[in-house]
Amino acid sequence: MNKSILQVRGVERRFDTTLALQATDIDIAENDFVTILGPSGCGKSTLLRIVAGLDVQTAGEVLLDGQRISGPGADRGMVFQSYTLFPWLTVLDNVCFGLRERGLPSEQQLDIAHGFLAKVGLKGFANHYPKQLSGGMQQRTALARALANKPRMLLMDEPFGALDHQTRELMQELLLGIWEAERKTVLFVTHDIDEAVFMGTRVVVMSARPGRIKLDHTVPLAHPRHYSVKTTAPFSELKAELTEAVREEVLAAQAASAALA
Amino acid sequence: MRPLTPVTPRARAVLGVSFFVLFVAVWAAVTFGGLVPKIFLADPLQMLRSGWVLMTEMDFAHDIGMTMWRVIGGFLIAAALALPLGVMMGAYKPVEAFFEPFVSFARYLPASAFIPLLILWAGIGEAQKLALIFIGSFFQLVLMIAVTVGNTRRDLVEAAYTLGSSDSSLVRRVLIPGAAPEIAETLRMVLGWAWTYVIVAELIGASSGIGHMITDSQALLATDQIIFGIIVIGLIGLASDLLFKWANRRLFPWAQLGR
Repeated sequence: MNKSILQVRGVERRFDTTLALQATDIDIAENDFVTILGPSGCGKSTLLRIVAGLDVQTAGEVLLDGQRISGPGADRGMVFQSYTLFPWLTVLDNVCFGLRERGLPSEQQLDIAHGFLAKVGLKGFANHYPKQLSGGMQQRTALARALANKPRMLLMDEPFGALDHQTRELMQELLLGIWEAERKTVLFVTHDIDEAVFMGTRVVVMSARPGRIKLDHTVPLAHPRHYSVKTTAPFSELKAELTEAVREEVLAAQAASAALA
Repeated sequence: MRPLTPVTPRARAVLGVSFFVLFVAVWAAVTFGGLVPKIFLADPLQMLRSGWVLMTEMDFAHDIGMTMWRVIGGFLIAAALALPLGVMMGAYKPVEAFFEPFVSFARYLPASAFIPLLILWAGIGEAQKLALIFIGSFFQLVLMIAVTVGNTRRDLVEAAYTLGSSDSSLVRRVLIPGAAPEIAETLRMVLGWAWTYVIVAELIGASSGIGHMITDSQALLATDQIIFGIIVIGLIGLASDLLFKWANRRLFPWAQLGR
């Protein structure tokens, strides 16, 4: 295991009186692709948003390269579930957004942006506006925009959650291919078990609210992975175990909300 | 008819024009047919004739020019001040908390009720006319711009922060460009209101302008001239509206997508 670049130490999040996230510890190693699985409302997105600096923990701290995180920053690129391209900017200008923020000369911006657009297969769409793109293409642009900024790590909050099944599978392969080439450290939240196993080098399962880490597994599948890995025995075994673990939590969450009602 | 089903552009144009035709036809019918005495309502031909006289012999073009100057002048002053204040209020909540209650109160003050005060303060010159248009449009603009800017999608704000935006660049690069098309629409709408204020301003204590001509005509019972004046206002309003719409489409092509 490589050295850890992100440490989550006793991070807890309360909203008024409800505890959304129990004191949580997790270390993310350099070049790892960590997927976080859990039932909806379990606090997995909250955890990711705290790491991004978009939400503030009520206890504990998050360290990136040993530095305490106190707000959002370009060192943690994020891809959201909703389509967050700036609608008034073309695809190319969207990808340049962070580069311009850093004050790079525009030639260099364009160079980098065109490079990443090619990587996500959107070469011919540089001058399109986001609304002219399909959902999958918008998320590919958002991925290019996050990567172009050369963040220390990439945070992804169910980035393919709004896409149809076929598009989602293609996006998974695209992202996995890019990751296999660059080995950018990724923290990836999803509720799709297949996705978590297929993409991750490590899968973390969170419990029902108040969320805590319930399971933490290394994914025993070699890279590069082909989509056919989804039909192999090691994949199915891990998937079965995770399905069981997540199912328990979904049932627990339902029981909890029934008790409240 | 099925609700919300669109019509073809051709049908839209035909329908739109035909109401104007119907309107004039009814007007002609009641006036030429003698249902309404001439003293209350001039017929369309009489209106056109006196319009011609107004334009060729009485220098009505000068009145139109004065009125347009007042509307545009007062509106530009209001917009120039409302834009920065509205953006600041939309972006920064303490600024909003400071100004919003007063602006909300001020925008319900009827602009025309200020005329006596404005005459006292600014006389019956141009300053009074501009001030009235300013009062009528400034507070509305500020409030609507603030709301528009404040309604910026939060996920876009978050995306900008994760891309390294500072607070000031967030305002410059996300809040303002994102709100711009709707702000332009607000300007278009409030400019239409400014037209009603200018006429009110000119009805009282003016020596030129479309409103002045209308008051003069009232003394002579010249309904033909009054109607001509009103139609001129309508046409200028329509023209400025179309111009604004065209400019907005050109300036913000992205906002037209997916409509």
